[in-house]
Amino acid sequence: MAIIIFITFVGIVLAMSFYFARRAKSASGYYAAGGNIHWAVNGVAFAGDYLSAASFLGICGMIATVGYDGFLYSIGYLAGWIVALFVVAEPMKRLGKYTFTDALDSKFNSKGIQLAAAISTLIVSIFYLIPQMVGAGVLVTPLLGMPHWVGVIMVGSIVIAIVATAGMTSTTYVQFLKGGLLVIFATVITIALLVRGFSTEPDQGGRVKFTEYQTIPVTDSNGTLTPSDPAFRIISVNEATGGPFVKMIKDGKVGWFKKVVKGDQILLKETQWTAVLADGSKVVNGAPAGPDNLLRQVGNLEKIEGKTGAAAESGSVGPFEFLAKMSSKETEIRTWKSAKFEDSGEKLTVYYPTISTGNKIMRPGQKFKVEGTPLEKFDFISLMLALFLGTASLPHILIRYYTVRTPAAARKSTIVAIAVIGFFYVLTMYMGLGAMINNVVNPADNNMSGPLLARSFGTVLFAIISAIAFATVLGTVSGLIVAASGAVAHDLMDRFLNMKLVDKSKVMAGKISAVVVGVIAIILGIIFQGVNVSFLVGLAFAVAASANLPAIIMLLFWKKTTAKGIVASIIVGIVTAVGLILLSPEIYPLYGLPAADAPIPFTNPGLFSIPASFITLVVVSLLTQKPAPVRVVEP
Amino acid sequence: MLHEPAAKHDKDYAVAYKQRLGVWMFLVYAIIYAGFVAINLIDPSLMEATVFMGLNLAVVYGIALILFALVQAIIYNLLCLRQERIHQANAGEGN
Repeated sequence: MAIIIFITFVGIVLAMSFYFARRAKSASGYYAAGGNIHWAVNGVAFAGDYLSAASFLGICGMIATVGYDGFLYSIGYLAGWIVALFVVAEPMKRLGKYTFTDALDSKFNSKGIQLAAAISTLIVSIFYLIPQMVGAGVLVTPLLGMPHWVGVIMVGSIVIAIVATAGMTSTTYVQFLKGGLLVIFATVITIALLVRGFSTEPDQGGRVKFTEYQTIPVTDSNGTLTPSDPAFRIISVNEATGGPFVKMIKDGKVGWFKKVVKGDQILLKETQWTAVLADGSKVVNGAPAGPDNLLRQVGNLEKIEGKTGAAAESGSVGPFEFLAKMSSKETEIRTWKSAKFEDSGEKLTVYYPTISTGNKIMRPGQKFKVEGTPLEKFDFISLMLALFLGTASLPHILIRYYTVRTPAAARKSTIVAIAVIGFFYVLTMYMGLGAMINNVVNPADNNMSGPLLARSFGTVLFAIISAIAFATVLGTVSGLIVAASGAVAHDLMDRFLNMKLVDKSKVMAGKISAVVVGVIAIILGIIFQGVNVSFLVGLAFAVAASANLPAIIMLLFWKKTTAKGIVASIIVGIVTAVGLILLSPEIYPLYGLPAADAPIPFTNPGLFSIPASFITLVVVSLLTQKPAPVRVVEP
Repeated sequence: MLHEPAAKHDKDYAVAYKQRLGVWMFLVYAIIYAGFVAINLIDPSLMEATVFMGLNLAVVYGIALILFALVQAIIYNLLCLRQERIHQANAGEGN
């Protein structure tokens, strides 16, 4: 059933693409849909473009694991549209033709701008493509039972087919369809969640039995732990970060427990764990890994406003009541963290439960340490700045301003986008928290929390929402690839290299570029498996805001801006933002190195790289002013 | 191929007004957004305070930022439309 719905939906998307391919014969049709899209359609398509894997999969996943900190992305992403509407929308439409480079270069006709802006578009598009492809892989695994890499290749291939056949027109209608459906079905999930209400033993409407995890009291006698239950025997204790973790055996079955000291009591709390053995085989919770032995889904309420068990069952709740109960000091939520360490030649990942109170979960601080060190505060400000300024610098968003007829239509479509996207972002709070307390979070990868919440309401809703999420990835990737192919064919080949392509050749060059960029995206999507997609998009925003926004703003508002100033600011923005990201503690583990060895102590580069780009533009522009014409005064 | 707009449109006489209005409205929003960031940095525990129908400040401020963006956008559009009509009418009289 799930597979039929999924394949039907993807089939409709592809059919639309081939249908609209007829309109994409000219360069204007391919890159800008002929400038003929209605502003209301374009507005919903904006939402479709913007509500990418990061918004649905990433934000919901992050809220499901760290609470309000995930919602910060919703706030920041939406706030970014204010910059787009008030500062960028109409000027971009007035100045440009197909690409962001056109607008930047409109006053100068500079080879340097054409090259730098095209490279910037390519880099930002690729940074943004990575999380979309990761999201694709994440979706396919539970839905079709295929490995991550198959999902990535599947999305890559379908998108290449879409873009290489039809360009911006089909991308627009795919985005319109997907944006509308995503908001409708997110509303359905939210209503279902509110009707279900709260429970401390969530069983997904009776579908999945709630798992109780064991807590074993122990006594400590001169450093020797003795379990109160004599059936357990302690094998070893590991002092890894997040622990200590205690390995115990009972009836021949090995388990890992986290040691917790609560007042005078010492407790060992049952965890879930995976191990890679010396021979390379994988074990999950003590048995060989396989389709029938996966990590159990987690996340539940321990107490609801101080009540547990049957007394805590709330029945249906209203939208305000839901958030109010979640925010109570007397509400306790069990979320799961992970720790990695080695034991007896086995590489272990232990997933252990932690209890947080509602008042802490429902405000910033779980992921972004707003009460932490100055560096941690720097990271928080940096993220919020990049989210605010990044939207108006994203190439695949900027090119959508060329698909409508007039600057006023560009403005109106932005307002429609704000309404649709804003409504969806409010829903992310409900869906993320719903996943957090309904025992649906995969402890190893939170990206699927939204769709898995949908599955707790039935397979049909899961299939529909997964198909929409898949189309979300398809649509956003299509938009990004159109932007990237425009940068190559229009900015680099036609304008920078002055190859004087005829209309048909320019479309062909765009299609070939789309295939190449698509292949690069597939490879990166496989490499970045398991990283939260919203986090990755946050980094893409930082690169976009650093490389593109200073140039756009200063071009519009500072008359002394020069072409060399723009080129320098784009280069400094890209180099500082990308450089800081690649040397940051979140990315270091991807090289197989410990995060602690990263030379840069923060993860979000925006607070450093955005001002650096602005300052560079001002300094270089002042240094490269044309001398004022000499006035000859008549005697 | 030059970089003229993809679709032809009439000359817009309200550009300067809209640009000025946009900058002011952007600054208003930026200040409110900065206020949210500042509270989180200076006194994060304030975000736990219940302010409206059992909701804490973090939730109310966050959702208000989203709603305020939409309200500002609608006001901006209305003001821009009014100015565009005035300029169109003046241009019509000039003919």
